[in-house]
Amino acid sequence: MIEKGKNMRITKHPVLTFPERKEVAFFFEGKKVFGYEGDTIASALHDLNVLTLSSSIKRKRPRGFYCAIGNCASCNMVVDGKPNVRTCITLLKENMQVERQTNKGVLKK
Amino acid sequence: MIQKELIIIGGGPSGLCAAKIAAEAGINVLLFERSFALGGQLVKQTHKFFGSKSQYAKMRGFDIAKKLISDLEPLTNVEIKTNTTVVGLYPDYVVTTLEDDVYTRYQAQTIIVATGASEKSLAFENNDLPGIYGAGAVQTLMNLYGVIPGQEIVMVGSGNIGLIVSYQLMQAGVKVKAIVEAAKTIGGYKVHASKMRRLGVPILTSTTVKKAIGTDKIEKIELVKLDDKWQEIEGTSEVMTLDALCVSVGLSPMYQLLSMVGAKTKFVTELGGFVPIIDEHHQTTIKNIFVCGDAVGIEEASSAMMEGYLTGLYVVKNMDRKHPDHKNLLNLYETQLGFLRDGPFGIKTKVGLEKLRKELDHA
Repeated sequence: MIEKGKNMRITKHPVLTFPERKEVAFFFEGKKVFGYEGDTIASALHDLNVLTLSSSIKRKRPRGFYCAIGNCASCNMVVDGKPNVRTCITLLKENMQVERQTNKGVLKK
Repeated sequence: MIQKELIIIGGGPSGLCAAKIAAEAGINVLLFERSFALGGQLVKQTHKFFGSKSQYAKMRGFDIAKKLISDLEPLTNVEIKTNTTVVGLYPDYVVTTLEDDVYTRYQAQTIIVATGASEKSLAFENNDLPGIYGAGAVQTLMNLYGVIPGQEIVMVGSGNIGLIVSYQLMQAGVKVKAIVEAAKTIGGYKVHASKMRRLGVPILTSTTVKKAIGTDKIEKIELVKLDDKWQEIEGTSEVMTLDALCVSVGLSPMYQLLSMVGAKTKFVTELGGFVPIIDEHHQTTIKNIFVCGDAVGIEEASSAMMEGYLTGLYVVKNMDRKHPDHKNLLNLYETQLGFLRDGPFGIKTKVGLEKLRKELDHA
């Protein structure tokens, strides 16, 4: 994994423009990394070459996102201590603590 | 519990269009959208639409989304809640939502379900490896967030979505190594397929993915040729390197909330899977609960908009209210929807809807 993104960012596009955006610092598995304003957690991680976001519950097979619109639960991660956050539709925020989820998640009482 | 006249679930093309019509008739509308943005899947569609002017032809998808959203702005009787997921629908017309972990109960006189569809997957060995994405997911990643899925990609499925997203991948600078199609013929419009062929992308028909290869992400795929009976032909296996695989094998309607409320559903292949049974006015088997858009059969966004406007009109009438331009609009949108379904691809929808109507007769 790398600390700063931009290796997967589109720079030239015939239809769309992607202007410079503000960097957003966050933590992935405890390590400080950077995404950009307007990113979802999943898009920022993808740009950092983090493809495994969770693992299957029984066999612990690696899982990335699949649908990117909040349907499939494949991108569920632990964000700021809260499990089952759909990271493909959750916007990145400064200092978020993001961790891979490897179980069903535990409901805090 | 909060009381409302009309609740619309889903802020995509059909939900937004239904909201406009209902609000113009003076109905107080509350619309829920689970995402932070309205527009559904239009917001990531960079291509220009086909069709006629009233179907927003020649406009790019994301511009259509802006138009539909701005149409609602002057209507003060539309309340919109984004970042709000509907988690329950009950026979006493109660709609429950989650917004930032806050659970809220609403009750409506009438409900329109416009939840859209979800992408299908394909069964092959290791199909859960990271790096394997739905075609819509790849479109979202690129066109909304400006991130490419990988440097070299293979597309599975040559329907219109597969072909259009392949082109958009190339626009973003990604190498599309091949488009793989299990059927003998290309699924989508010839105009899209020809464009890809001109760009040098091979479209491999009668071919499917046998397995994905890789440990913690996809690195290679094994392709295999299929015979007339969809069986693998021995000795035709070919391995390709890639860093992302894009799966575009169709969509399934999201009918689940309607199942929860007890509306009758039926599996109709032509409509994409399980769909709620509806009457000719898009009312489900539960009185005062309506459905429109991809949730009641997979079509294009153009049809979803026309269905949204129409369902809006049907709901207005059902609620004993009056839209100032009811007659003209009804005629316009029914005609437009008819045109959309007259093409070679529309026949599927027509057959599917016919099956639903028959079901209603027995219900």
